[in-house]
Amino acid sequence: MSTTTIAAAPPVPRVETPLQRFVSEFCASRLALLGLLIFTFIVVIAVLAPWIAPQNPYDLAQLDIMDGRMEPGTVGGAGFTYWLGTDDQGRDMLSGILYGLRISLTVGAGSAIIACLVGASLGMIAAYAGGRTDSLLMRLVDLQLSFPAILAALMILAFLGKGIFNVVLALVIVEWAYYARTVRGSALVERRREYIEAAQCLALPTSRIIFRHLLPNCLPPLIVVGTMQVARAIALEATLSFLGLGVPITEPSLGLLIANGYEYMLSGKYWISFYPGIALLVTIVSINLVGDQLRDVLNPRLKK
Amino acid sequence: MTVFLLRRLLQAAAVVLVMSLLVFLGVFAIGDPIEILISPEADQFERERAIKALGLDLPLWQQYLVFLGNALQGDLGRSFVFNEPALKLILERMPATLELAIGATVLALLIGLPLGLYAGLKPNGALSKGIMATSILGFSLPTFWVGLMLIMVFAVQLGWLPSTGRGETVTLLGTRWSFLTLDGLAHMAMPTLNLALFKISLVIRLTRAGVRETMLMDYVKFARAKGLSPARVTFVHVFKNILIPVVTVVGLEFGGTIAFSVVTESVFAWPGMGKLIIDSINVLDRPVMVAYLMMIVLLFITINLVVDITYSLLDPRVRLEGKS
Repeated sequence: MSTTTIAAAPPVPRVETPLQRFVSEFCASRLALLGLLIFTFIVVIAVLAPWIAPQNPYDLAQLDIMDGRMEPGTVGGAGFTYWLGTDDQGRDMLSGILYGLRISLTVGAGSAIIACLVGASLGMIAAYAGGRTDSLLMRLVDLQLSFPAILAALMILAFLGKGIFNVVLALVIVEWAYYARTVRGSALVERRREYIEAAQCLALPTSRIIFRHLLPNCLPPLIVVGTMQVARAIALEATLSFLGLGVPITEPSLGLLIANGYEYMLSGKYWISFYPGIALLVTIVSINLVGDQLRDVLNPRLKK
Repeated sequence: MTVFLLRRLLQAAAVVLVMSLLVFLGVFAIGDPIEILISPEADQFERERAIKALGLDLPLWQQYLVFLGNALQGDLGRSFVFNEPALKLILERMPATLELAIGATVLALLIGLPLGLYAGLKPNGALSKGIMATSILGFSLPTFWVGLMLIMVFAVQLGWLPSTGRGETVTLLGTRWSFLTLDGLAHMAMPTLNLALFKISLVIRLTRAGVRETMLMDYVKFARAKGLSPARVTFVHVFKNILIPVVTVVGLEFGGTIAFSVVTESVFAWPGMGKLIIDSINVLDRPVMVAYLMMIVLLFITINLVVDITYSLLDPRVRLEGKS
């Protein structure tokens, strides 16, 4: 203040929009920024996999069984270097990981989005309707949450069989309850606010009140839960695929790549499992770093 | 109190009933039991006789009642693979899983409590920040991934610990136990640590939060003002009071530990219930799947019931809630 000289017109005070404030607060943590950067990088290489991978790991014609189980950095029969080695069928691990990331991210994000839509709608209905609907839905949520996700998903897949669609379905079934509980919690608070009362006095239709007035104000906690759930879904999918119940062998995700290399690891051929494992680790940790910072920024209770 | 108990028991029974219906429908309605139970070489006459013998010609609701009646008598069908009662198979594998789960719980308390206590007493120290950062990893890393890394480092690279199996066992009270022999303990070390990792993180967080909260209490201030040594304040006045919630949560988590042992047992080829269920799913041994699922449901409902009843004994508000 002391540096500003008195001028003819007072300087226009810079008004920060909520979005700008959010961005600057998010960027306050270098670690979270790094996480966001790494995660963006992972998404980009996963999307671009067909163009940047040295080999199409699903095209059997491109695989050479003679190149099987080669150490990282060996030059294969096809003339290019296997920077991360090859698996037992001569598949380039780098290409396998890039394509595997695509599947892991698709399953993780896809199931999180669907679960969010289902859970948020049900939670919103529970909060707005109250009474019997509310207690019935919340009992269901309690039942769901008291049962470990891994077991529920395992059983659903055991009955339905393998497949990307079934994995997504199982993940949605075990995850919707988190969203429902979160949304209900914040919707119950927001419901009593004056602006909802005002909207009701204007005789707006209920659906408009719920979706245009209530829902946007319940979004911050939902975003936090959603981010964390994407990481959880990716980890759960990898676990299920590792156990042989997730994605089919023709479309290997990171978890299945790790499972394939498991038996070779005991004989010292570590790279078949190790590098997909590192890719999985980096993905999960980077999402968690972002989610952690989002929680700190969006949670008003933690604001100083 | 009796009314509360009765209501909770009825609720628990209702949940078991609903779950048994879901399991029944899941197994018998989605897959075709005839295809699975009757050999494909059987001729038409044999098929019909077998269908009748198995009661598959009855309407679905009658089949469910038969299933329920058998289940109540402890008969959950015979395993297709082992040709033994499914329930007996699972009960045989149970001690191995319990051994692992109890070991993991003890380990979690042994490691988590001191670390959490330290992090709570010195929240701004570099070591505390390190402990908390590691505990985030313990929450977010997939169990199977950590297990693989343990095997890679300690079994393959260093060769210190065996990677699979239970090792030498000693028979005690009619079952075999690994923790009584040195070789068995060496086999147990990695799976137990693997299974404990999530709980260690949980205990660290709970303890830290508890310590930070308790340190501000008036009785702690008073104990300090009285001139008691810091060690006495920490271990007698603070530690004792945070122990109750920590132990409660760890006890509640026990069911989850048994569930997660599915993953750990598969990674380390530990011959417990979890390995059995994965193998059964892979060969579609449906009676074992049903029996396992029903056992787990019962286990969870029992744990929840015990916790609810204990709480109602300790806290009258829980009991009276339904009356108002």
